[in-house]
Amino acid sequence: MMKAVPRRLRDYAPLGFPAAMLLCFFVVPFGIMIAISFYHRVQGGFYEPAFETANYERFLTAFFGGVLGFSLLLSGLVAAIAVTLAFPFTWLLVRQRRAVQVVWLVFLLSVLSLSEVIIGFAWSTLLSKTAGITNLLVALGVMDQAVSLSPSFGAVLVGMVYQAFPYTVLVLYPALSRLDPTLVEAARTLGASPLRAFFNVIVPGLRNTIVATLIMVFVFALGSYLLPQLLGRPQQWTLSVLITDQAIYQSNMPFASAMAVFLVLVSLGLVGLSLLAGRRENAQ
Amino acid sequence: MSRIATRLAFGCFGLFLAAPLAVVAGVSINEKKSLSFPPEGFSLAWFGEIFSNGEWFAALLSSLGVAVSASVLSVLVALPIAWFLWRWHAPFARIVQVLGLAPFILPPVITALGFLAFWSELGLYGQPWTVVISHGIFFVTLPLVTLTLGFDAIDATLVEAAATMGADDRAVLRTIVFPLIRPYMISGLAFAFVLSLNEYIVAYMVVGFTVETLPIKIFNALRYGYTPTMAAVTVLFVFIAALVFGLIARFGDLPRLLGAWSPRDE
Amino acid sequence: MSGLVLDHLVKRYGPFTAVHDAELTIPHGRFVCLLGPSGCGKTTLLRMIAGLEAPTAGAIRLDGEDITGKPAHQRDFGMVFQSLALFPHLTVGENIAYPLRIRGKSKAEQRAEAERLLALVRLPGVADRPVSKLSGGQRQRVAIARALALSPRLFLLDEPLSALDAKLREAMQIELKQLQQRLGITTIVVTHDQREAMTMADLVVVMSAGRIHQAAPPVEVYRRPADAFVADFIGMTNLLKGDVAGPGRVTVGGGTLAVTDPTPASGAVILSVRPEDVSVRVEADAPNLLPGTVTFLRDLGATVEIRLDVAGQEVIAVTAPQDRPAVQAGDAVHVRFPAEAAVVLAS
Repeated sequence: MMKAVPRRLRDYAPLGFPAAMLLCFFVVPFGIMIAISFYHRVQGGFYEPAFETANYERFLTAFFGGVLGFSLLLSGLVAAIAVTLAFPFTWLLVRQRRAVQVVWLVFLLSVLSLSEVIIGFAWSTLLSKTAGITNLLVALGVMDQAVSLSPSFGAVLVGMVYQAFPYTVLVLYPALSRLDPTLVEAARTLGASPLRAFFNVIVPGLRNTIVATLIMVFVFALGSYLLPQLLGRPQQWTLSVLITDQAIYQSNMPFASAMAVFLVLVSLGLVGLSLLAGRRENAQ
Repeated sequence: MSRIATRLAFGCFGLFLAAPLAVVAGVSINEKKSLSFPPEGFSLAWFGEIFSNGEWFAALLSSLGVAVSASVLSVLVALPIAWFLWRWHAPFARIVQVLGLAPFILPPVITALGFLAFWSELGLYGQPWTVVISHGIFFVTLPLVTLTLGFDAIDATLVEAAATMGADDRAVLRTIVFPLIRPYMISGLAFAFVLSLNEYIVAYMVVGFTVETLPIKIFNALRYGYTPTMAAVTVLFVFIAALVFGLIARFGDLPRLLGAWSPRDE
Repeated sequence: MSGLVLDHLVKRYGPFTAVHDAELTIPHGRFVCLLGPSGCGKTTLLRMIAGLEAPTAGAIRLDGEDITGKPAHQRDFGMVFQSLALFPHLTVGENIAYPLRIRGKSKAEQRAEAERLLALVRLPGVADRPVSKLSGGQRQRVAIARALALSPRLFLLDEPLSALDAKLREAMQIELKQLQQRLGITTIVVTHDQREAMTMADLVVVMSAGRIHQAAPPVEVYRRPADAFVADFIGMTNLLKGDVAGPGRVTVGGGTLAVTDPTPASGAVILSVRPEDVSVRVEADAPNLLPGTVTFLRDLGATVEIRLDVAGQEVIAVTAPQDRPAVQAGDAVHVRFPAEAAVVLAS
């Protein structure tokens, strides 16, 4: 059935409210933020309208460049680990009975809905000296003394992977659940062991999905603003942490905005890439 | 893969996912007001604190109030967009759809900053209702995605059949579209509700100093004074989320809502 | 002017023309079948009649009134879709009573009408069942009942029986025909199955590539096809290429045949002769013979089919078992094409 094209202006009426809301409360804030990134910062928390690129130039210094580099590296690592763990997990998941799948999906959704605050709190507790894994191990007699496992790079990594994992599974879920189950069977009849079939048939066939997922998790990880703070030392703080810091505690809106704009561009660029990767996959 | 190996794998992942939650649960029932594990003593007092302590209870009410209003707003914005794109062939309307999907794709801190700048410029920074609008727009993506899925699932011939039986646009909406869309509307509402309940950064940046939602209070408690009530709240949140999603699963087709092909598609 | 009139109806989708200049008159109370292969435009034509597609050009008139611009929900037609389109969220009774509900009829009226229609399609007592709990044949009947609610002026069906298995299909064809005769309602059915059309229709409209080739009662379509396409589409036929040798005489391959059907003055023609009219003879003991060779013979139980090579063209002859000639593959025989059985068609 071919859909009709709206003929009169009145036909567009239902779009009025949502379009106005999104324009007013999404596009405009963004515009303002971009504008502020060029403003001049005045001590004491205010800024005056101007057009200077000072904020962006400051961004190109070694320090912030280092933070950017670290953010990208960390996000990349998180994405890689999350996808490596989530891919086989999701593959196993979609082959279970529907009832089992539903239980796991509810569980994953519940974990996904947890805010960074809660995840940060939970993991800092788990890795702490008084109420963490080490306490359990001491109680079990495996360790002599409880130690604090955070703040550390490892703690940040684990926390972020934990946060990204349910998201990764849900991103992979549609693609893997629509996979043809007879592919693996065909490989098996040709002599491949289940493991071999997995690596030689499943993984290569979903290459574009994997790339797209990696990118999406990468963007997701870039947005982590609390976990590096709660679980890491200042040298492990990421760009998002800095933006929050500059905006709230340093009251430097122009600079925070500049960094945010940059982050948007990076994110959009990557999302665009993942869309392209996804389209190529569908075209096959 | 053998049954045992599969079970083991699932067990490991389950452990990984549940471990922090288990610890927090353990802390929440700790008798003493200390952050220790394994718990010393058993007490549900901290759960009661959520309701008896004025500050925590106020935070709970704030969170619930914001979550309910924001999720309703999200659906009110998302529904016309999803309907319009289903009813008409209008490529320009896609722009509105992209605008609806955008807030959620970008890192939350950016959206939060944008709202902060916006409300500050308008001189409305700190007004409690600004967080409702901020959350409402931020979470539009969720009902938009579920509703788009829902509209896609409507068999076009049903609408044609209704038309041949005398139903005009409004009657079709009322008798065919709404009943079929309802589960997707509810799930979109529920997703937005749960996420708004848990959301920290946007709320913090927009009304952090005037309204304390539960996540904000937990963060403040982390910095300035620890109490097991934080853990109790966390357990409560996980429970609410599990309940909401469990209900959706019970009354709807959760795998289908998340993109899988249901056997009913045959 | 009574009845449904399609006046130079055209439907284009961009560069593609689905229906070219359709002209058709359907008197009231007739059972009409739009027949043709996939993609011939028959469904598009039906949808234009229903108001689900707007014609690019032309007009549709019902009892003199121009309804071309009327939206579907104002046309008062009942339609059965190929996928049946039963509302999954409503029970059987609610589905059937839907037209009444839309028009604000009371619950009691809705209930009564639903029961009446269920009795009409011989499916009593299922009004409260959800649609998903019915068999394919039952859902069929519900779809028919729903389309007949409030006695519409036209009853439209788009390949209604295609999802049924063969046996059920044959039974439903007869039932549908009987139902229509009892109600006297003007009915238009789209189908690609020519046997179905021949069974049910008062008027068969043969279409291909967006054009109407012939609109006539089944017997006429079979005996006097308008062109080679119709002749070939309806049942089996032999199409012999030939040239006019004189009035009532056509040269085919190596010989000349007399035909009673009028011939043009000169030029190439096609003769359509049904296999059951073709007879195979060992001796040259009848007029209108052409020499041929038997290529294949098969005994189908109720009939015997003989395939022959006649002047380079394949000819099929069908006879009753008792009339089977004593021939086998490879034999040279005489093939008879009776003069009165041949239809002369334009080349």
